[in-house]
Amino acid sequence: MSINNEEKIKIKADNINFYYGQSHAIKNLSIDIYDKKVTAFIGPSGCGKSTFLRMLNKMNDLVPNTRAEGTLLFDGQDILEKNTDVVSIRKKVGMVFQKPNPFPKTIFQNIAYGLEVNGVKDKDFIRKRVEDSLRKAALWEEVKTRLHTSALMLSGGQQQRLCIARCLAVEPQVILFDEPCASLDPISTNKIEELILELKKFYTIVIVTHNMQQAARVSDYTAFMYLGELIEFDKTATMFTVPKQPKTEEYLSGKFG
Amino acid sequence: MKNKISQFLGFSIITICIIITLFFLASIIYLIAAKGLSAISWEFLTSIPRKSMTEGGVAPAIIGTFYLVVGSILIALPLGIACAIYINEYSPTGYMVNIIRMSINNLAGVPSVVFGLFGLAVFVNFFGFGVSILSGSLTLAMLILPSIISASQESLMAVPYSIREASLALGATQWQTIRKIVLPTALPGIMTGVILSIGRAAGETAPILFTAATFYRRSYPKSPLDETMALPYHIYALMTEGTHPDKQVAIAYGCSLILLAVVLLISAFAIILRNKYRSTYVN
Repeated sequence: MSINNEEKIKIKADNINFYYGQSHAIKNLSIDIYDKKVTAFIGPSGCGKSTFLRMLNKMNDLVPNTRAEGTLLFDGQDILEKNTDVVSIRKKVGMVFQKPNPFPKTIFQNIAYGLEVNGVKDKDFIRKRVEDSLRKAALWEEVKTRLHTSALMLSGGQQQRLCIARCLAVEPQVILFDEPCASLDPISTNKIEELILELKKFYTIVIVTHNMQQAARVSDYTAFMYLGELIEFDKTATMFTVPKQPKTEEYLSGKFG
Repeated sequence: MKNKISQFLGFSIITICIIITLFFLASIIYLIAAKGLSAISWEFLTSIPRKSMTEGGVAPAIIGTFYLVVGSILIALPLGIACAIYINEYSPTGYMVNIIRMSINNLAGVPSVVFGLFGLAVFVNFFGFGVSILSGSLTLAMLILPSIISASQESLMAVPYSIREASLALGATQWQTIRKIVLPTALPGIMTGVILSIGRAAGETAPILFTAATFYRRSYPKSPLDETMALPYHIYALMTEGTHPDKQVAIAYGCSLILLAVVLLISAFAIILRNKYRSTYVN
């Protein structure tokens, strides 16, 4: 589904189907994800939105007994093809998970890890990039004096911003957020949302959320999924004021969910 | 009211069980110390036995036990961690893995004297290592391997899946994830398995009976292919053979006390190593 021909398309999904064994999780999904915009996926639990998100950085490859069909073009290259280099895709498409998942290492090591596994040896470069990433994730001021203490000592909200910084350090083009505020308090949630609005200047962002107000606040485009199908995809402002499908209207008004 | 009485009874029974356990532990230590302390002197710790073991020291046995324990850990640790990584991280789940798991569990139930015979047949005779520290270490390594594997596997399993995902999502390969994230996180738990194995390896007599230990030796082992005295076997020999039982019994208790101390010493080293790792990676 394309709704704006003016925008540059970063990811183009065409007729995607996804199966967990026999269960058909995503049905004939076609959608365009626009460059340097925030696209939100909403819908009730089990509608396939997280599954689609995890297709974008090939995390579903880790789940045994799954199957994907269709084409998923990332800058014109089909990443569902068998010979796609998983590692290089994951460098371009970063991910922030539902629960903060810092490594049991120091704050510094957490951020530097992505660079080290990609073969960066230059210590000064790493130090510089750690600082830059923490600044971009609005965490630098809070942690600059304790970079070499355990990341597990940070609060939940700080841990989630650390995970964002860790993801920024490898300079991805796209960042996936899988319900990033599900385990955070309102103030931390607010900070993450502000951060997302800041980050969209430089990155293409896809966010899955259960919180409709959050989708309304942070996204430019919203996709509503139900039972594995894309029901409606539109500019967020349009969808939240005049939804075209009755199903969307029911969901947005809280009739089911 | 009824609930309170049942809680009181439950707690009382638990407390009594703990007191009984502590009583046994304390009496073992007291008995060994009371009977063995008189035998221990600087000479006892540092010199070789003289006059058919009734005088002199047991230094070759202390050294021998130390070599056997360290040798068996050095062999069993890499093997055990590798097996655990294979089972937990790489192997396709299914029939084969169940068979491997079952075999390892069965291995843990094999009596130690059977391991001794296996060591004699394979390491001493087939590979031609002879009765030696090498054969003994290899045999002890087989003995402690199952517990190292299961301790390693349990601590690998305890590493949350979410941090593996985090690593993979950053573009790390599975191998980088295992080496840099999963293993360091699991290491304290693996070390706990090692600590338990140290006591086992140091104390077992049957596996070294035919593979490494000698009753009496007037010099220190010089190479891994030398046979050696070892504390548990020395205790056994003192209590069952020889011509001066009156003097030998006291020496046997002295040896027991030293054996406890050796296990404690090596374990303490492993515990310090574990705590150092814990503080680096967790706090």
